[in-house]
Amino acid sequence: MTRTIPAFESLAELADACGQVPGHEPWPRIVVDAALWRRLGRQLAQGQWALLGLWGDTGRVHAALADAEGLLVATLECPDGRFDSLAAVHPPALRLERAIRDLWGYEPVGLPDTRPWLDHDRWGVLQPHGAATEVPATGADYPFLPAEGESLHQIPVGPVHAGIIEPGHFRFTANGETVVRLEERLGYVHKGIEKLLAGADLMRGAELAGRCSGDSTVAYALAFSRAVEAALGVEAPPRAHWLRALMAELERLANHLGDIGAVCNDAAFAILHAHCGVLRERVLRAADAAFGHRLMRDRIVPGGIVGDVDSKGFAAIAAVIDEIERRFPALSELYENTASLQDRTAGTGILEPGLAARYAAGGFVGRASGRAFDARRFAAYPPYTRLAFPVPVLKAGDVDARVRIRMLEVDASLSLVRQILERLPPGELWVTLPAGAGEGLALVEGFRGDVLAWVRVASGRIERCHLRDPSWFQWPLLEAAIDGNIVADFPLCNKSFNCSYSGHDL
Amino acid sequence: MRRLLFDSLLKGPVTEAPPAPDPDALAELAQAVNRRARERLGRSLSIRAVDAGSCNACELELHALNNPFYDLERYGLHFVASPRHADVLVVTGPVTKNMREALERTYAATPDPKWVVAVGNCAANGGVFAGSYAVVGGVSKVVPVDLHIPGCPPSPRQLLAGLLALLETAR
Repeated sequence: MTRTIPAFESLAELADACGQVPGHEPWPRIVVDAALWRRLGRQLAQGQWALLGLWGDTGRVHAALADAEGLLVATLECPDGRFDSLAAVHPPALRLERAIRDLWGYEPVGLPDTRPWLDHDRWGVLQPHGAATEVPATGADYPFLPAEGESLHQIPVGPVHAGIIEPGHFRFTANGETVVRLEERLGYVHKGIEKLLAGADLMRGAELAGRCSGDSTVAYALAFSRAVEAALGVEAPPRAHWLRALMAELERLANHLGDIGAVCNDAAFAILHAHCGVLRERVLRAADAAFGHRLMRDRIVPGGIVGDVDSKGFAAIAAVIDEIERRFPALSELYENTASLQDRTAGTGILEPGLAARYAAGGFVGRASGRAFDARRFAAYPPYTRLAFPVPVLKAGDVDARVRIRMLEVDASLSLVRQILERLPPGELWVTLPAGAGEGLALVEGFRGDVLAWVRVASGRIERCHLRDPSWFQWPLLEAAIDGNIVADFPLCNKSFNCSYSGHDL
Repeated sequence: MRRLLFDSLLKGPVTEAPPAPDPDALAELAQAVNRRARERLGRSLSIRAVDAGSCNACELELHALNNPFYDLERYGLHFVASPRHADVLVVTGPVTKNMREALERTYAATPDPKWVVAVGNCAANGGVFAGSYAVVGGVSKVVPVDLHIPGCPPSPRQLLAGLLALLETAR
């Protein structure tokens, strides 16, 4: 006779029923048995909640789940190194489980695809987080998925690409000009960051976290710092919260401006690229003037921020906001009125809203396909609870929609920066961290989507830290979005997604 | 579009004067150039960027070199799509073990005479990633390096100063 497991209506109900693990903040963590794990997997597959992360830990795996109200971490102990695959019923878990298998050596039972993912057989070590057995690095061949049919040909691209881009391999199978399958192979820039984080002190942790994905250095440092602060039960001072948000919005502006120009450039419309490039450069220079680094790297640390902004810095930011407000409308208008450009972007690379929801795609990828999720609203971290900003959502899901979401978010970030400059509270920049222990989770909205950070700290050191880039749930969707498009539109689709290789590969 | 073009005509370019070559980069380069027995390159230099495991911050600043402020092409320096067309390989990142072979093959595909510029702290010695099971720890452990440009990431001005030093000495 099988035990019946009640179907929980919400994650809050589940947390109440299971009993929370003490010392995990700010959202609950529960320990589940194998039967409940499988049940949660089925409910994921039914769309009752979303998978926001899945990672290994010593003797266990954790899954971060989200419903409309909140987050929950479900932990399954797997002392024998085996756990039931969530990917067997919920494909978004697939690459995460392949990564757990590579890094920890745990076996996801029923995993539909057992090819290695991050491990290219080059490290000279197997399961670096687990047994860490030394093996010869042979660089074994990677079997790509077969595509069979008449007149099909393959185009291998990468890992070294034609532009100044990160490395990854794309295997196209095409029928003439039409892509019938794209398969990505990633992991080329895997640096073993999570292994370096284990045992590191908190300052080195912030440094490493800020180097997961350079374009999101602020978002990562913020996510890491918030997770550590949650674990230790401290709150950064108000002024630090506001200056952190100022950096986060400048980072979003710089990246969105760069992306808008780059997408247009990939449609051979160079004038927008040049103008957006000028505005992006102005933002970086203002960031440099205010925070002492163009990308604002190493400015956010657990407990607060490093260094205040002087009046010259604020003036530089105010000036750049004025300039973008003055000049950006003409650029949007040019995008709007150029039929030959829209001919390339509209209707190209459509991501169905159903898929975006299933994969819990964050950022402009999700919001251009109907998924109204923004961690600034969902996780409601300060100071965003006290700021007014729209979360634009479109349904078309094409390259055009992803460009338009960015344009709307440029406007929103300009307004946020203005609000922050007007209402920035005075006071301390950081608090001293206690030497306690605990577990913390943070979800932060980077320009690309929600960055998740989970950390367990004790005596000022990191025992385990997991950082999940939004790209984990966006990369697989690019494979779907390009389906049926022509090969020549791939750069356009790829740029409109602008997934991070480094953030994904870690 | 006409209005934007007209505006640009009236306002003049935002492009700035080049920075002075960095003395440290010059010194390092002088040695490399001696080794290469004064091979002479044309004024027009082609650069191929290879990301060997960077966090992508160096790529952002390399991209910035093409924006109208820095306008790299005015020095006769341009980024090319294939190592077969390149004189200079600009390599970023600590060289991950998963990228090692790709870097070696890119180097092999670049015709002689060629120069390698390692960009960023990671490319020098692995930077914050040094010691990881997954990184080699510096470009010079895989291919010979003629010039290191430090920084995390180096600013476009620092990149430009380094590249200019390379160009002036390599002539």
